[in-house]
Amino acid sequence: MSSENGKRLLETDAGGLNFEATELTLGLPGEPRVTSDGGAKLGSKRGFSETVDLKLGDNNREVKLGHSLQEAAKSPVSKTQVVGWPPVRGFAKRGKKSCKYVKVAVDGAPYLRKVDLEIYNSYQQLLTSLEDMFSCFTIRNYLNEKKIEQVNGIEYMPTYEDKDGDWMLVGDVPWQMFVESCKRLRLMKSSEAVGLGLTTGPKYSSTN
Amino acid sequence: MNYFPDEVLEHVFDFITSHKDRNSVSLVCKSWYKIERYSRQRVFIGNCYSISPERLIARFPGLKSLTLKGKPHFADFNLVPHDWGGFVYPWIEALAKSRIGLEELRLKRMVVSDESLELLSKSFVNFKSLVLVSCEGFTTDGLAAIAANCRFLRELDLQENEVDDHRGHWLSCFPESCTSLISLNFACLRGEVNLGALERLVSRSPNLKSLRLNRAVPLDTLQKLLMRAPQLVDLGIGSYVHDPFSEAYNKLKIAIQRCKSIRSLSGFLEVAPHCMSAIYPICGNLTFLNLSYAPGLHGNKLMKLIQHCRKLQRLWILDCIGDKGLGVVALTCKELQELRVFPSDPFEAGNAAVTEEGLVLVSAGCPKLNSLLYFCQQMTNAALITVAKNCPNFIRFRLCILDPIKPDPVTNQPLDEGFGAIVQSCKGLKRLSLSGLLTDQVFLYIGMYAEQLEMLSIAFAADSDKGMLYVLNGCKKLRKLEIRDCPFGDAALLEDVGKYETMRSLWMSSCEVTLGGCKSVAEKMPSLNVEIIDESEQMEFNLDDKQKVDKMYLYRTLVGHRKDAPEYVWIL
Repeated sequence: MSSENGKRLLETDAGGLNFEATELTLGLPGEPRVTSDGGAKLGSKRGFSETVDLKLGDNNREVKLGHSLQEAAKSPVSKTQVVGWPPVRGFAKRGKKSCKYVKVAVDGAPYLRKVDLEIYNSYQQLLTSLEDMFSCFTIRNYLNEKKIEQVNGIEYMPTYEDKDGDWMLVGDVPWQMFVESCKRLRLMKSSEAVGLGLTTGPKYSSTN
Repeated sequence: MNYFPDEVLEHVFDFITSHKDRNSVSLVCKSWYKIERYSRQRVFIGNCYSISPERLIARFPGLKSLTLKGKPHFADFNLVPHDWGGFVYPWIEALAKSRIGLEELRLKRMVVSDESLELLSKSFVNFKSLVLVSCEGFTTDGLAAIAANCRFLRELDLQENEVDDHRGHWLSCFPESCTSLISLNFACLRGEVNLGALERLVSRSPNLKSLRLNRAVPLDTLQKLLMRAPQLVDLGIGSYVHDPFSEAYNKLKIAIQRCKSIRSLSGFLEVAPHCMSAIYPICGNLTFLNLSYAPGLHGNKLMKLIQHCRKLQRLWILDCIGDKGLGVVALTCKELQELRVFPSDPFEAGNAAVTEEGLVLVSAGCPKLNSLLYFCQQMTNAALITVAKNCPNFIRFRLCILDPIKPDPVTNQPLDEGFGAIVQSCKGLKRLSLSGLLTDQVFLYIGMYAEQLEMLSIAFAADSDKGMLYVLNGCKKLRKLEIRDCPFGDAALLEDVGKYETMRSLWMSSCEVTLGGCKSVAEKMPSLNVEIIDESEQMEFNLDDKQKVDKMYLYRTLVGHRKDAPEYVWIL
């Protein structure tokens, strides 16, 4: 989405310094682009572009921008990084690269939650955690064939949307495969699920 | 001059341990030089290309411990090509051929091959300690050789190395007879390890004080290891993911409580935050806590943990701690001397990142603070001035604003005044890294006030050559200067070439210096190696002196041009 915007801007602006087109955003794809007109909250998501904008009108200043920044500013792609900045060694190892947050929706709840699938090692841990999170609901636990205490009489089936956009029952594939393919979770009311014919349990137990 | 026999002087020199002092001692007179060189056991070489192994061996026949550093600091940030240099093999080869009884080798930013490790392991009977920091070029096969052959190994410490992991067997190579281990750190290894071998190794190492595990060591193994080594002082946890209701967790709680000597805790390479309460019993004694590899730990769980750590002196943390979390640090950690806040999302402005507020809170609450590394969203002059007032004892002050040319967001001014306040107030400042919008003015302040400054890192700053000149003229104790993306050109570079002989090295990349300027330095100063690093092959086709140089690295040396430079490095 943001690259489309970028293209449009490039086309409409024929000559001169088109800082908007070269505007870098550090936001996630799909999020509204933060502009430099003061609409942006101070301190949030300011990219190189905004500081480049601040130098507009001062031609001397513009020349003195380091080469690397000039290079970065020229690129129309929404996310460009300057080599070696920020100066962190092996940041990839510390950063959130190895965490996978997915949204969790529960039928009937007014808000969603997010969980990081990377911190769990098994379906059992995930379901236990989800139970903690949504303690007013009970989750049908196929995996050990045991029924959890029903609090308000409603059971939920854990389902997830996979990479292909299909809704699957949690527990059929090996844990790691699930982590990789899961895009979001939905705790579906059991009554609805029965209608879908999801009566047989999943193939993989909590030890996988 | 000499009223005492040599042995007495030697005995006196034994008390002088700092490298600087021993260097000074050796300059007093010929006889002191001689006595000092024969009695010297530990040598530190900050740039492996400044001297040759042969000359080292010739001067210090009693050498037992050698520290070597290879690549320039900016190599950490991918600014230096991998095969630029810094090979340790020639050093080990030369030492092996000599009669040197090497016992300790500490390397930083060097290329270490399996071959060198093997040669090392077979050449020195009393070899005791191997410390590799930010090195690369070896695999776990090399580690296997060390484990197998160094019969009296006490320390194997691997910090942040790039290791090709061939999976697990190296730990099994420690023979049953090896019981001398004091320190074992393999946290940076990515592969599986033989857990049984690890358990047995720890069981037979009664002197083990420091143990840092990698990600592949699960919780139940950790528990077993702690049961066998309750005397540990320094622990690095690998994986900390488990079910809080499990038997393993209960056992872990018991095991941790037995470890009354732990003062340093790190790792948590994989962490389930709801299980941190098992750690609380040891938090009260911790002096060093490193959670910078644990992005899963934040918010309330993190704050609760920190609230237990009242004796903390050094804290390394991710910026997901937030300003609020730093407030908790300020209230709790009154003994804090060193704080490092790393970015958890370096390329995306994180929603839980830190700002100037967190830093101000810590400076107000922790008066002993003297060392800082702080990656943040923004900084203000007012905040820096406050911090300078609160903490005049800074030795190291490294600030990295993620957007490198960001001004003070409140006033829209450059951060010159803020950093100026820091250098003026912190009279003992030895290391400084700048960021944010900066003009020549900040360098005027640095030149004027930073009298003890030894290392300065500059990026995307200044307006003109004046900036660099202020620094070169003012900072008499400057040893290392590294600059990227600044408008400094030949005029600044050539103003005082003699200065570079008083320094270890100068790095300039993406600046305005030209090939001609660099040649000029090389011509005037034969005691310097002036290297041009140019991977784009421009230099081959265009030897125009007016050509801007992408990367220049110059350093003083006693041994002339190095012979191991790759094709794209030109030594002028």
